Amino acid sequence: MAVKEENKEKGIISAINGPVIKGKNMTTFKMREMVTVGEQRLIGEVIVLEGDVGTIQVYEETEGLKTGEEITPTGRPLSLKLGPGMLKNMFDGIQRPLEKIQEISPIFIPEGIGLLSIDDKKLWPAVMTVKPGDLLLAGSIFGTVEETQVIQNRLLVPPNVSGTVIDVVPDGSYTIEDVLVTIRDAKNELHELKMAHEWPVRTPRPNAYRRETLVPLITGQRVIDIFFPIAKGGTAAIPGGFGTGKTMTQHQLAKWSDADIIVYIGCGERGNEMTEVIEDFPKLIDPRSGKSIMERTVLIANTSNMPVAAREASIYTGVTIAEYYRDMGYAVAMMADSTSRWAEALREISGRLEEMPAEEGYPAYLPSRIAEFYERAGSIETLGGDDGSITIIGAVSPAGGDFSEPVTENTKRFVNVFLALDKSLAYARHYPAINWLESYSGYIKILSDWYEDNVAEDCISLRNKMLELMYEENKLQEMVMLVGEDVLPDDQRWVLEIAKIIKVGYLQQNAYNKDDTYVPLEKQYAMLKAIEYLYDRGREGLKLGVPTSRLKNIDIFSQFIKMKYTIPNDDLSGIDKLKDEIDQYFDVLFKKYEN
Amino acid sequence: MKKEYLQIDKVVGPLIQISDVDDVFYGEVVDIVEISTGNIKKGKVIKIEEKNVIIQVFQNTADLAAGNSIIKFTGQAFNLPMSLDLQGRIFNGIGEPIDNGSDIFSLVEANINGRPINPMSREYPRNFIQTGISSIDTLATLIRGQKLPIFSGNGLPHNELAAQIVRQARLGDNVDEEFGVVFAAIGVKHDDEKFFRKSFDEANVMDRVVMFVNYADDPIAERITTPRCALTAAEYLAFEKHMHILVVMTDITSYCEALREISSAREEVPSRKGYPGYMYSDLASLYERAGMLKDQVGSITFLPILTMPNDDITHPIPDLTGYITEGQIVLGRDLFQRSIYPPVAILPSLSRLMKDGVGEGFTRGDHAEVANQLFASYSKVQEVRDLSQIIGEEDLSSTDKKYMAFGRAFEAKFLNQGFDESRNIIQSLDLGWKLLALLPLTELDRLSPENIDKYFPKEA
Ligand SMILES: Nc1ncnc2c1ncn2[C@@H]1O[C@H](COP(=O)(O)OP(=O)(O)O)[C@@H](O)[C@H]1O
Ligand SMILES: [Mg+2]
Repeated sequence: MAVKEENKEKGIISAINGPVIKGKNMTTFKMREMVTVGEQRLIGEVIVLEGDVGTIQVYEETEGLKTGEEITPTGRPLSLKLGPGMLKNMFDGIQRPLEKIQEISPIFIPEGIGLLSIDDKKLWPAVMTVKPGDLLLAGSIFGTVEETQVIQNRLLVPPNVSGTVIDVVPDGSYTIEDVLVTIRDAKNELHELKMAHEWPVRTPRPNAYRRETLVPLITGQRVIDIFFPIAKGGTAAIPGGFGTGKTMTQHQLAKWSDADIIVYIGCGERGNEMTEVIEDFPKLIDPRSGKSIMERTVLIANTSNMPVAAREASIYTGVTIAEYYRDMGYAVAMMADSTSRWAEALREISGRLEEMPAEEGYPAYLPSRIAEFYERAGSIETLGGDDGSITIIGAVSPAGGDFSEPVTENTKRFVNVFLALDKSLAYARHYPAINWLESYSGYIKILSDWYEDNVAEDCISLRNKMLELMYEENKLQEMVMLVGEDVLPDDQRWVLEIAKIIKVGYLQQNAYNKDDTYVPLEKQYAMLKAIEYLYDRGREGLKLGVPTSRLKNIDIFSQFIKMKYTIPNDDLSGIDKLKDEIDQYFDVLFKKYEN
Repeated sequence: MKKEYLQIDKVVGPLIQISDVDDVFYGEVVDIVEISTGNIKKGKVIKIEEKNVIIQVFQNTADLAAGNSIIKFTGQAFNLPMSLDLQGRIFNGIGEPIDNGSDIFSLVEANINGRPINPMSREYPRNFIQTGISSIDTLATLIRGQKLPIFSGNGLPHNELAAQIVRQARLGDNVDEEFGVVFAAIGVKHDDEKFFRKSFDEANVMDRVVMFVNYADDPIAERITTPRCALTAAEYLAFEKHMHILVVMTDITSYCEALREISSAREEVPSRKGYPGYMYSDLASLYERAGMLKDQVGSITFLPILTMPNDDITHPIPDLTGYITEGQIVLGRDLFQRSIYPPVAILPSLSRLMKDGVGEGFTRGDHAEVANQLFASYSKVQEVRDLSQIIGEEDLSSTDKKYMAFGRAFEAKFLNQGFDESRNIIQSLDLGWKLLALLPLTELDRLSPENIDKYFPKEA
């Protein structure tokens, strides 16, 4: 499909500086308008207009451009085509399908391929749910298409039109460009509704109202679900130096979260990581749907070697797609790996515009851009009256691994869950390397009812108790580093022993192990409960004067360390047996110390 | 016919500015001809502002002045001729032969900037390359098609390590898959370049090596093109001639310093330590050229070497590199000072691709567990050493004393190995088990009972 170019006056390229170009004769252009640039028709967006001079960021490689070549307006802002055909596919930063690009050029991504979008030839079997005379409000549903094996695409009236149905096609197979419904609005104007409609990426899609987020996003990852839960519709950041596990964590969340839809943005990261997703996701079965997790996934890839301006756009492309599925009434989870690359793209463009830099060369508007982005998360009622949500989980890549840099600091201000990845844990191969002392979740309070009703009455108090034990262990470790472990009193050594079980047996979770990669909440709770049991029974012994060395039964301890592997996810009876073993051992042991 | 220009308005470092120019394109290559001698320098358009053009010159600009040179726009992007004849040849940083051999003639030309590989076209790398070095093979496994840098420091034996890898690594699956080496020297001393040339000779691979050399006393703008020329040759050999190519590149630090110098000549807003804000994307445009393609033979395995200023891994050069590459092999000065070769600091080292390339069918079923256990135990050794500094080794608990012994043996026997010594992966894994046996079984919590049964050394 060629880009629709307006028959308006054209601009003339007057300056070229990497991805930023300037043009003259641009008085009739609009701010944020999408344009095509030069003979190759590169895609760009107007970002500054001053008099008749416009500045454009170009989403493709600009080598080969000349001054004097034309800039052509398209009459609309950078927009996406939202319709069926996005799930199971991978797009570049401005929604061009990488599979189609591959058909044009088998290995490398060329420039000047124009504005491709979702497939407009494919026939989708549509079921129409309205009839002539029905009143259709903005954002309501007029039909359905089975987009994949697990996701039904609910055909939405665009958020900016409404009216009375005057014509509907019969159920049948149509392309996204076919007119399915015609409506007449209050001003007597006719509107044609198709499967797909366009929406500008930089404008949040409207909703009826925001509501509180009361349900956790269940991820199957113990340290997250039990210790630092993320609410559906909430925001989380995963900061960490290179190699600490940001991408692995994001992949784990994309694979196992109980969201309906996953939008995964590879923003300025490795090509191979996107390839890995394409190769692995189709083979992984979603424990809830029984189908491949790819069936619910949309991928956006602007790898680190792709044009930097499209990196800036990729985040907005992703969140706009997320909003589209949210508006159908789905719970969407979006991962952006890494938001730092997006911020750096902002910085690079800003530098080329010779704007006054604030901290570390970042533009002064960095905090407001970060805030705007995370504000597109939320739990809402859709215009059509359904529940929908977007959870945003952003990776942050701090320069030098130092969290006191502008992107991490500003992100921290606007997210509610902070999963701090720790280099020394990663060096010791403690994965996920989420530091339990530095991380936090602001959702514990509002989610505690849910945990009490759905997991166990004492789930949150158990969590708090165990977290306190870990804080205590941290203080004790500092002492151990000064005097050695042997001089500590027995009750403190017992804390150290239990903390070790929590670290190795509980917090460490092996993403490569087929059972441990995803663990149901019941098992997460039962495991921690068993550790508490061991801890408490041991303390009984301490009161009787049993030394820690006797409490630490090698066999029981090694069963605790390995219970994540040995106790099947769907049969927790082993945990009760383990408790029995503790009782048998301790009962005999304690007898010797009683009286 | 392209116009020629005589007027140079300004020379700033490697950049020249000329005015009143028409009809040039961004990235166009220019020839700068010195009138008196006819010598030609090459440059490239890096900014166009109305009729003013900034050109980055790849050779020395000191003798350039208004009137003494003619600037000719060639109408070409920076292309290099590509042919199998590149092999066995030596070029400078802009791809001109410097070995007295003939020019390369070919109808195939490639733009040295390359283009991003479509992630849909990539194949995720999964094939183990045995380097014969225990620390790397066991703990930071090199995978064919991986980009795995060596983070080193001044005076550390990174060149020896790279040479040993070139000599010992087997890249192809079988005899009929061709392999080759592309070597790029960026701002290196003549001695270093000689060392590599000699080691290629000794490994008997010289006729399979393509060399691009920019010496420390060569112009810095040429450092920007050196790696690009090398990777363009690598892409040609790997993706069009279906060879398995190992790219060795040293020193990325010189490359980044050149980038910084040019950026400052362009008066750009600097980010950390004066390096330009786009250094991440720029480095990515090099590193991401490694990889493999779906359904075809051929691969680029990329071993860049960089020296960390002040051995600081958080310095922007190693930092941004580590964010792009698929792991890193970090060399440690304290190991080096204790005469351990190769001084691989295993804890900060990482191979992100090893997860899919080791284990049953690739190396051996116990590989992942052994690696995990060695990491965990050696990381505990560091804690115990810190403690023993304070309370003395004699006062350590008996378990901690075993950790001390394990740490010493691990460094002396596992990390340490000869420059000419190649150990296969089975030998390395067995050695790992033998050393782990120095620790009480209860400390080995990363090993499964099955593997302990199968591999734990039985007491004699
Ligand atoms: N949960 C995990 N389980 C097992 N290994 C992990 C886990 N998280 C991280 N790793 C290891 O750490 C490496 C680096 O992780 P990655 O997510 O790529 O880091 P980052 O994105 O922060 O640079 C991975 O290749 C893997 O070996
Ligand atoms: Mg990552």
